[in-house]
Amino acid sequence: MSAITREEVAHLARLSRLALGEAELDHFAEQLDAIVGAVARVSELPTDDVPPTSHAQPLTNVFRADVVRPAGTPVLERAEVLAQAPAAEDDRFRVPRILGED
Amino acid sequence: MTATTEELMDLEEALARFDPVMGLEVHVELGTNTKMFCSCPTEFGAEPNTQVCPTCLGLPGALPVVNEIGVESAIRIGLALNCEIAEWCRFARKNYFYPDMPKNFQTSQYDEPIAYNGYLDVEVDGRTFRIEIERAHMEEDTGKSTHVGGATGRIHGADYSLVDYNRAGIPLIEIVTRPIEVPGHLSAAVARAYVAELRDLIVALGVSEARMERGQMRADVNLSLKPTGAKKLGTRSETKNVNSLRSIERAARFEIQRHAAVLASGGTIVQETRHFHEDKGTTTSGRVKEEAEDYRYFPEPDLVPIAPSREWVEQLRATLPELPGARRKRLAADWEISEFEMQSVVNAGALDLIEATVAAGADAASARKWWLGELARAANEQAVELAELPITPAHVARIVVLVAAGELSDKLARQVIEGVLAGEGDPDAVVAARGLKVVSDDGALLAAIDEAIAANPAVAEKIRGGNHAAAGVIIGAVMKATKGQADAAKVKELTLSRLA
Repeated sequence: MSAITREEVAHLARLSRLALGEAELDHFAEQLDAIVGAVARVSELPTDDVPPTSHAQPLTNVFRADVVRPAGTPVLERAEVLAQAPAAEDDRFRVPRILGED
Repeated sequence: MTATTEELMDLEEALARFDPVMGLEVHVELGTNTKMFCSCPTEFGAEPNTQVCPTCLGLPGALPVVNEIGVESAIRIGLALNCEIAEWCRFARKNYFYPDMPKNFQTSQYDEPIAYNGYLDVEVDGRTFRIEIERAHMEEDTGKSTHVGGATGRIHGADYSLVDYNRAGIPLIEIVTRPIEVPGHLSAAVARAYVAELRDLIVALGVSEARMERGQMRADVNLSLKPTGAKKLGTRSETKNVNSLRSIERAARFEIQRHAAVLASGGTIVQETRHFHEDKGTTTSGRVKEEAEDYRYFPEPDLVPIAPSREWVEQLRATLPELPGARRKRLAADWEISEFEMQSVVNAGALDLIEATVAAGADAASARKWWLGELARAANEQAVELAELPITPAHVARIVVLVAAGELSDKLARQVIEGVLAGEGDPDAVVAARGLKVVSDDGALLAAIDEAIAANPAVAEKIRGGNHAAAGVIIGAVMKATKGQADAAKVKELTLSRLA
């Protein structure tokens, strides 16, 4: 039984603003289904006495002092930063106008 | 942008037919030195994209680390709002496709807010309303987009946008109320009073300057209507980023009138976000909420959970200052005024000013009289806040002291205030420069009186004959001779005894 439907892939694609063709929807549904199926094998393990966790390390409260750029902090030059973007203008990142918002 | 004119129902009629229910979401930008998850500075107005690093730009491999003061501030805000503080909570990724966050998600909290179940009492019209707080959670601010092209600088019709990520990652606390149901005619005022009270509380805690005009505090006004007496909630609209106290009141009123018109004509309210237009006091449709709201929240794997120990929470509770509500009660008692009178002091923006004036040596009644009278009028005429007038509490206190000592009459004091406001110097300088002093020296007054009597022999005869009302002529002449600086009662007394 497939866990991931074609409709779910279409929905995810819309959320990610990815234009997927009909053939791609089938293709990714099949692939994602295989991935989910592989991960689902974990549920076959006896985990009744293992508490659920979202983190690999049993740590809490890892904090940083509120100090601006302590020694050794990497600082990015603006020119270097903007050069990584497809387009920049007026020292800002230039992005396409946002769809779905008016 | 083509502004569609919305049908509105008369406010009175709308409130007679429907009960408004509001929810307020307020974002407060914390005044920390650094961002929430990296050590980039947070200075307002810095050159674009100079306060960024691999973490807040979402570059691959960058690791966020939580700002301890950010968490501390969130807990203190929670405590001041009478909230419970979570024993354990996590950050979550709120995924969305929008370039104001370079990471394609905002780090926020989802179903595990750091503070929840609180309340804040606000006073409107001499009544206290308890606003219930559902939650206060930690998140980060987004970058600032400038929309280029299009006529209005808004997103609508823009050709493209320019993004500055200096603000991306600055700590935000989002404070969410439970549905607020108060008598309809007070709802807009209660919304405003809540945000004002929250702002004062944030400022008192010292966690943010909470300046709305700088976007350090922003409110979303959610509003729905239901037929009077009905139980079931109507569909709400969410008016985003309302950035002044006055606008909150106006946005709420506008939405009440708009919803009422739609519902009364048999239409349905669409659940959508709306933009508020400061210039016209209206809202227009933004984005319709549907699948765009599917944020696919999941726990942030790069940040470990936060588990504030109870000892830490109690230490922070001990750092809470006197909160605005308690302070108002204390000062009202000290100044011997009612809570209702205190409200007009607060509304006039005079609380700090009067407190400082009293601290500088004035009595409370006089301090209140000048700030709410003469000075409020001057501020009103110049269309500025009281605190922006070029006169200090110390100046006002000095004037009060001079009046109490009999060296200035109220009339002369007003002239001193006029001089200080005109930039002529402090009160003593104005008194000296303008030669303002009550002439209380009997010798000087008697000389002026004798002169007036000599100039008006017939009048003097009448007074001698028992016609005391005739003394007005002599008093008038003396006041004229002393340029209004004599005490009229004293002049009358001396004149009558002279002609007895």
